[in-house]
Amino acid sequence: MPINIEEIRSQFPVLHQEVNGKPLVYFDNAATTQKPFSVMQAINGYYELDNSNIHRGAHTLADRATRYFENTRTAVKNFINAKEDAEIIFTKGTTESINLVAATFGRMEIGKGDEIIISTMEHHSNIVPWQMLSKEKGAILKIIPISEAGEIDIENFKKLLTEKTKLVSIVHVSNALGTINPVEEIIKLAHEVGAKVLLDGAQSTNHLEVDVQKLDCDFLAFSAHKLYGPTGLGVLYGKREILENMPPYQGGGEMIKEVSFEKTTYNDIPFKFEAGTPNIADVIAFGKAIEFIEELGKKAIKQHEDELLNYATKALNDIKGFIPVGTSKEKVSVISFNINGMHPFDVGMMLDANGIAVRTGHHCTQPLMQRLGLEGTVRASFSVYNTKSEIDQMVTSVAKIAKIKNK
Amino acid sequence: MSSIQDVQNEIIGEFEILGDDKESTIFYIMELGSNLPEFPDTERKDENIIKGCQSKVWLTAGMKEDKIQFLADSNTDITKGLISLLIRVLSGRTPQEIINAELSFIDKIGMGNIIGSQRSNGLAAMIKQMKLYALAYQAKQNA
Repeated sequence: MPINIEEIRSQFPVLHQEVNGKPLVYFDNAATTQKPFSVMQAINGYYELDNSNIHRGAHTLADRATRYFENTRTAVKNFINAKEDAEIIFTKGTTESINLVAATFGRMEIGKGDEIIISTMEHHSNIVPWQMLSKEKGAILKIIPISEAGEIDIENFKKLLTEKTKLVSIVHVSNALGTINPVEEIIKLAHEVGAKVLLDGAQSTNHLEVDVQKLDCDFLAFSAHKLYGPTGLGVLYGKREILENMPPYQGGGEMIKEVSFEKTTYNDIPFKFEAGTPNIADVIAFGKAIEFIEELGKKAIKQHEDELLNYATKALNDIKGFIPVGTSKEKVSVISFNINGMHPFDVGMMLDANGIAVRTGHHCTQPLMQRLGLEGTVRASFSVYNTKSEIDQMVTSVAKIAKIKNK
Repeated sequence: MSSIQDVQNEIIGEFEILGDDKESTIFYIMELGSNLPEFPDTERKDENIIKGCQSKVWLTAGMKEDKIQFLADSNTDITKGLISLLIRVLSGRTPQEIINAELSFIDKIGMGNIIGSQRSNGLAAMIKQMKLYALAYQAKQNA
């Protein structure tokens, strides 16, 4: 069923405003999506009626808050088709999820001379933790090269795999280019040499069906705020047997079973990895964000976003001076580009003057920009609430801006 | 030569004509940048890059008849426009004038709203670097 765009837009109050005297066009969805009323109401509702610390309270409010909190864990489990709730760990975001794996699994399993494989198009948060770990352990970080179009050739990946490969940590969808990587094949090949695979799902979980059992990834990291949910909240999925063998991440309350000054026994998963009072309100609200996505259906969302992507790509390609960056055949609704003779910062600022919000710069992927020989790009990323008329507004502005240097 | 305050008043007047239209204001700033004198390639080196700017800004200074002459360039057109405004106000002044200068035009034209907080930090870094040059030249004069 096609989606009712006006009905969807009516759920997002932030979209209905003027910026610099023009109707706001929000095309920075890969950075963060806007939040529907239901998410905001859940945050307020929790503080108005249910605020209480979870898991150990003997009173009704604590019980209610615990139930709502754990309901979201179940919703997340269903959302990515994990086997059980215990495989879902709440974190601060994708970055913390990756750092958690590096600090626990990484410290335990990766030693001197072992190899970690990442790709050229990783976000800094999937580079730096592995660099730090490699330095600490004397491990080797190997990089999968990419083509000019921004794609991984699976043959190049095969060449890097050895019996020393302990982990492949790879981005499912590139934040800077929108490329969808062939992760199913990557996971299969990595498992053949006994390596584990962490999937950075920050940009995929909102556009694609991500089924952790079908993909067979060992870890999946993603953020709530890119899924219409609150900021400062993320998820780490891990297979039970791996999580159980991992040492704890942080010490504190919640993650223990028993503590004496001589010895501490740790709690079961997922609580072993959730030290301290968690971000209760936002976890509860995240449940509403997942509901929002599931009511529309990922298939319908993807169809709408693909339509916008194709429409915008076609119109922008007709503009003199428009240079697309990242032209992979498999893409989500992200268009990265430059204007001949202009710096992306200037283009971004001029678009903002026209009410259009885009991202400019290196998108936290400096090695990728170096590979492409660019200082940065302008990135427009579309979401379910965007419209063709918003794209028209952007195309008109881009054409006007491009004309300055491309007469 | 008109005083630092006179030049600032001129700039305020020009931006008043542009009014609240952000797009025309940005176009105007970019146009100002395109009129900057050619920056020598030999000076486009790392030690001349101003720290604290998101885009690249190169700045050098020389002394001519007790007055400091600034030369600058940037890889973005808007930043070029911003530094050209600073050069218009501060170049060709004595070190003491530069050190004492209060650049009130930046607030008066509402630059913070036009260029946003990140670029405002960059602009502050440019001013700081120009004043540091002035201090260095003054110290040299007094040596």
